[in-house]
Amino acid sequence: MILGYAGKFLEINLSTGSVKEVSFEDEVLKNYIGGRGLAAKILWDRLGKSWQKIDPLGPENILLFLTGPLTGYFPGGRTCVSGKSPQCNGVVGSTVAGEFGVELRCAGYDGIIVTGEAKKPVYLFIKDSNVEIRSAEHIWGKDAKQTVKVLTGECREFLGKSYPLYGEWKEPALLYIGQAGENRVRTAVVAAKWTHAAGYGGYGALMGSKKLKAIAVKGTGPLPPVANIEKIKRLIQTVNDSAYDNELWRRWGTGGGGYHFGAQTSSEPVRNWQEEWHDEKGYGVDQFENKLWIKQSWSDFGCPTCCLKIAMVKNGKYKGAITDNPDYEMQAYLGTNLGIFVPEENVYLSTLADDLGLCGIQTGNVIGFAAELYQRGILNKEDLDGIELKWGNVEAFASLIKKIAFREGIGDLLAEGTYRVALKIEKIKNVDVLQYAVQSKGISIGAHGIRSGKDFPESVSYAVGVQGGDHTSLTGLPLDSSGSELGEILNDSGVLCNFNSFGLPRNLKFDFYTAVTGLKLTRKDWSNNKGLKILQLQRAELLLGGPDHIWNPRVHDVNPPRFYEPLPSGPYKGKRVEKSEVENYKRRYYRAAGWNKDGIPKTETLKKLGLEDVDKALEKLR
Amino acid sequence: MIRVFMLVPGADFPHFCAQCQDYPCVESCPVKALSISKQTGAVLVDNETCIACGKCIDACPGRIPHMHPKEKHIVICDLCNGNPQCVKVCREGGWNVLKIVPREDQPYKLYARTPEETARDLALKMYGEKSEEFI
Repeated sequence: MILGYAGKFLEINLSTGSVKEVSFEDEVLKNYIGGRGLAAKILWDRLGKSWQKIDPLGPENILLFLTGPLTGYFPGGRTCVSGKSPQCNGVVGSTVAGEFGVELRCAGYDGIIVTGEAKKPVYLFIKDSNVEIRSAEHIWGKDAKQTVKVLTGECREFLGKSYPLYGEWKEPALLYIGQAGENRVRTAVVAAKWTHAAGYGGYGALMGSKKLKAIAVKGTGPLPPVANIEKIKRLIQTVNDSAYDNELWRRWGTGGGGYHFGAQTSSEPVRNWQEEWHDEKGYGVDQFENKLWIKQSWSDFGCPTCCLKIAMVKNGKYKGAITDNPDYEMQAYLGTNLGIFVPEENVYLSTLADDLGLCGIQTGNVIGFAAELYQRGILNKEDLDGIELKWGNVEAFASLIKKIAFREGIGDLLAEGTYRVALKIEKIKNVDVLQYAVQSKGISIGAHGIRSGKDFPESVSYAVGVQGGDHTSLTGLPLDSSGSELGEILNDSGVLCNFNSFGLPRNLKFDFYTAVTGLKLTRKDWSNNKGLKILQLQRAELLLGGPDHIWNPRVHDVNPPRFYEPLPSGPYKGKRVEKSEVENYKRRYYRAAGWNKDGIPKTETLKKLGLEDVDKALEKLR
Repeated sequence: MIRVFMLVPGADFPHFCAQCQDYPCVESCPVKALSISKQTGAVLVDNETCIACGKCIDACPGRIPHMHPKEKHIVICDLCNGNPQCVKVCREGGWNVLKIVPREDQPYKLYARTPEETARDLALKMYGEKSEEFI
C-alpha cells in the first residue's frame, strides 16, 4: 500500500442498500493520484464500454466523493465531487471546500463511490467504519440553512447517545443538496456550510437523481501515515508563510473583483457579456466591506488564507440575506451580468442561490441569457410566466431563480442550463439564439473574459479545455507551464486548494506529494506522462459524451460567438478575439497535446500512455 | 487540546479550558487523576490513572473536557507547560488574537460554556434575530 492513502474506499449501492469497502491497485493510485484523475479512471473503467449510452441522471451513473493523498496535509481542505456530468456529458473534477475530505480520511476512507438510486430520500451517516443509510424524508424539500441545522443537531445527538462518555462532539462534516438538486436542475451544486459549493459539473442534480440528500462524516482516527512528516511540516510552513503574505486573498478574498475586473481589466460579464466593462464605484469592494461584511475572515480547518468573508444585509428590503463575500464570480454572474450594480441586491441573489443549492455562475449565466432574449424580443412576458425580465430588475431575477430551483413554468426549461435551453428555444422560436449563449460544451464560461486580453484566460482556454467553460480549469501553452490545464489537474487530483497553492515555488507541490507518499514525482513526469494521461482520458470522455449531446471538436472547440464581437465600451473598446488567432493557437495546442488536426487524441499518443482501450473507443470519432 | 466548533456556519469558536478558579473538574475526579500545575495553574491529566469515567465532563460548566478518540483517558488543555503552541501559530498568522498573560483573579469561569450555548450567543451577535432559524 502507498503511504498517504487510507487505502480503502466506501462503495454504497443505494438501489440495494449494500455497503462495502473497495480498494485500488497501487499502480492505479500512482498514475491517477486521487480526486479528478482517479474519478476519470474509475468512471472510465466502470462506464467506458457504454459511455455514450449512460444517462448522467440515470441510476447507472456513479457519484464520486474523492480525496487525494494531500488532503488534510496541504493547508486548506477540499473534496472532489465527480461522475458523468449532467452538463457536459464528460467528467468534471469539481471541488468543494470544508472539512469533509479530512473527516473522511480520518474515518479511514479515501473516497466514497455511490451507485444505484434510492427509492426514498436518504442521507449517509459515517462514523469511522460505521456506515448507515438513514432516511432523509424529514429534510427532503428543505433549503441549505435548514438542512445544515437539522443534520448538525441530529448527528451530534446521535453521536452523544451512541458514545455517552465521550463528551461533546464537534459537528460532523456535511455535504448536501438544496431543492435545486432534488429537482435535478442541471445547474445544481453539491454544497457545504451554506456557501461552499462544487458548482461546475452539475453534480447536485446527480445527487438528487439518486435521492441522496446529504452525507455526514465524522472520523476520529489520525490521517494516513506519510513518508516524511518533518519535511511535510516544513512545506506546510512554506505554504502558510506564502498565504500570510498574500494581501489580496486574505483581505478581500476575491470580493475585490466585482469592480476590478469590470473597471480595470474589462473582462467582467455585463448584461450577458454584451459588455465587459463598467465603472460603477458603488459596486466597489469598499461598499461590500464597510456596509455588509459582518465577518472579515472565515476559514475552514487548517486554512491560512481565510478568503471567505460573511455578508449580511442589515436593513431595507433584503434584510436578513446572508451569504459569503459574495466572491467575484457571484458579484459578476448574480450582479453585473444581470445589470445589477447594488451590493445589497447582489447579496440577496447570492443568498437565494446558496439556499436553493444552485450554482450562482451557471444559474446567473442562464438567466442572463434569458434576459438578453427578452431584450431582443425573442422571449416575451408571456413566455416568462408574466415576468418582466429587464436588466437590473432584481425581483424578476429572484422569481426566475426560484422557478428554476423548483422547475416551475419557464423554470423547468431554464433548469436545463444555457446550452440545452438555447437548442430548445431555437426549435420553438426558429431563431438562432446559440449566438447569445456564453458557454463551452454545456458549461457556462467563468466570469473572466478574453476579449480585452488583460485577464488570465487565453484565447483557447475555454475552447479546448477538458472541462469546457470552467474557469478553474483553464488551459494554454506550454503544457508544462502554470497556464496549462495540467496544473489544475494536479490540484484537483491532490486534492488541494488553488488559492493556497498560488504563487508557490514551482516544485513545491511535487515535493509535497513525494513527502506524503514517498514516491518520486517530477514536473516533467507529470506533464509528459501522468498529468497528460488524465488529460487524454478526460478529453476522450468529453468527446464521447452522450446520450443527448455529443461534442464534435471540429464544431465545438470554439469560443462563444460573443467573444468574436468587438467590445462595445470601455478602455479596450473594439477589441475582440480573432478567429485566425484562435485557429492558429488551437493547431499548436492540438500538436502539443498529441491530438490530430481535428482535436481527437492520436492513436500513438494514447498507446504511448497505455490508453489502448481509450484509443479503440475514439476510433469511431476519427 | 483545542477544538473549533461551527454548529452554525460562520459562527466558529474554539472550545477549550477556560481556566476556572475553583477547578470543578479536579474536584469531581474519583481517582485523583487530575491535578493543578504549580507552574501555570492549568489542569494536568495523569493518563495512567484516569479511568475515562467522564465525571469531569459533567462537572465542567462548559462540558469542555473530552475523551481521547483512541485511548482511554480524558483530554484537557495543559497550556503546553507554559509555552502554548496556539499562541505561537496565532502570532505567526498575523491574527494576534491570543497572547500569554499572568493569571489574575478574574471570573474566567464565565467563559466555560457548552458548544450550544456559545454557538447560540455568537450566532445571535452575528446574525441577529435571524439566528433563531439556524440553531
